[in-house]
Amino acid sequence: MMRMRDRAIFAAQFAFTLLVAAFLIVPAVLSMTAGVTQNYFRGIKSGLTLDWVAQVWDLYADTIARSFLVALATLAVTLVIGVPAAYALYVRGGRLARAVEEIITLPLAIPGLAIALALLLSYGNFSDFRRSWLFILVGHVIFTLPFMVRSVIAIFAAIDVKTLDEGAASLGAAPWRRFRDVIVPNARPGILAGSLMVVTLSLGEFNLTWMLHTPLTKTLPVGLADSYASMRLEVASAYTLVFFVMIIPLLVAMQVFAGWGGRRAAR
Amino acid sequence: MKTDHGVTVHVAGCAKTFADGTRALEPVTLDIARGETVVLLGPSGCGKTTMLRIIAGLEQPDPGGRILFNDVDVTAVPIERRNVGMVFQSYALFPNMTVADNIGYGLKIRGIASAERTVRVAELVALTGIEGLEHRRIDQLSGGQRQRVALARAVAVRPSALLLDEPLTALDAALRERLRSELNRLLRTLGITAIYVTHDQAEAMALGDRIVVMRKGAIAQAGTPREIYFAPQNRFVAEFIGAANIVEADCVAGALALPGGRLPLADGAAGRVVAMIRPESITVTAPDGAGLAGRVDAVSFVGDRQRLIVNGAADKPLQVDAPNTFVVKAGDRVGLKVDASAVRLLPDERS
Repeated sequence: MMRMRDRAIFAAQFAFTLLVAAFLIVPAVLSMTAGVTQNYFRGIKSGLTLDWVAQVWDLYADTIARSFLVALATLAVTLVIGVPAAYALYVRGGRLARAVEEIITLPLAIPGLAIALALLLSYGNFSDFRRSWLFILVGHVIFTLPFMVRSVIAIFAAIDVKTLDEGAASLGAAPWRRFRDVIVPNARPGILAGSLMVVTLSLGEFNLTWMLHTPLTKTLPVGLADSYASMRLEVASAYTLVFFVMIIPLLVAMQVFAGWGGRRAAR
Repeated sequence: MKTDHGVTVHVAGCAKTFADGTRALEPVTLDIARGETVVLLGPSGCGKTTMLRIIAGLEQPDPGGRILFNDVDVTAVPIERRNVGMVFQSYALFPNMTVADNIGYGLKIRGIASAERTVRVAELVALTGIEGLEHRRIDQLSGGQRQRVALARAVAVRPSALLLDEPLTALDAALRERLRSELNRLLRTLGITAIYVTHDQAEAMALGDRIVVMRKGAIAQAGTPREIYFAPQNRFVAEFIGAANIVEADCVAGALALPGGRLPLADGAAGRVVAMIRPESITVTAPDGAGLAGRVDAVSFVGDRQRLIVNGAADKPLQVDAPNTFVVKAGDRVGLKVDASAVRLLPDERS
């Protein structure tokens, strides 16, 4: 009796879970299939094609290239600023460090639009800067830096980096040498996880970028919005497909490395 | 490899107040001779680790405090330029390097060529008995092996002083005892100035040329293990090191007047006194005709001896050691004999 009832409850829960999953996944699948359908309104029976994808490539290849440029530049800047900042905050910090960490984290709580507005108000008049992709880079760095710093501080705590730092110092290594020889190599899983997060966030960033871009500095997500507003539904969908193909491997890699880093730290 | 790199260490008026206002160390002054092993001993929170970290250069003393190595003021010199060797409680070995690379790291920092480094690392590997582990990763080592690597790494740079922060605490009891005697041999071989922090009095006795007992951020007593054990200067030291009976009694005609009889003293005292008697300096005799007698309350056999608790002799139960073959049971009346020279008078700390 009991087993029958347990099984019925399990079946009901399983069905509900599938339903919720389907509710979330179906739109994504529909959108991607629309991108390779001859005519969306006649459905999949009108035939499959890669024409729309090709058209997206013709129209928006520059936004894709620019997105990668911005993402990699953002990564470079957050690495160069974020990892030493995390070291300074975590290893050498005192009460001031707590305050600085809070300030760095602040952009997480402020809407991207507000950050963008502040940037425009402050630097919008430097027109060369305003017109270049560097303007978008600045926005992305402000937005992603906390993720890098947090991720690196988390691994520092897990591997007791303070004692490692003191150990290296006792052997005669100056701060920069300790950072290079001991801190960075042992924090690698956290730095990797932070890097993937920064790249993923930068590639998908829309709020800030939409405010900061010019017609000549569109990124992929801004291009997406543009295509939704002004193109055939199939083109917009094909564009979405391109975006998915680029971002999903990054998301998977992020999960894999996060798990790997956690295991390493737990040992 | 006898080293001539040992320095004298002078700690002059070093206090430490942390940012949150906690006073970890009262102004402390201490001289450590070249080649001497000094053990900083005390319960947790007594300031021993803070003092070690100040000597190492990991903490700055409060203004006014100074650290001198060979009479040179190094207070403002950061740890990386003090040429100290340090063994941490958690070892702080670098997981990204092999055992050999860990040991050779300090040499590499000092710009010693790879060939010479290899020779020196091999010497240390032999000295600490970790042959065959050179190419292992740190997470492939046992606790005892890690401890040896940490020690080898710290002495590889031929430091001016070797600083050890509870290096054996993370190990189990049997291994701790074995490594303690290895460590002792190593310190004697190197002849290096060593400062060793522990809360374990047995470790302190075995390793220290001199023990500095600390309490609440101040030095309670400094002296050789024998001085600390036989001639404690206050109640805290007497009770912290070994087992001690602390007896309060009136002194009448050169003897303590106790409920169970009289206990002669070596040096003349008068009035109310506090005295310390170690359990092993009390001899159990027949009750008849004994100057001091009491009743056995409990017997615990510990192998090499038995510990009796004797009631009625003094103002509180006395711990008494008897030979392991002595036949006695709870309830027996016994006589107690104490050599007058084994009774140590302590200052009365209530006044």
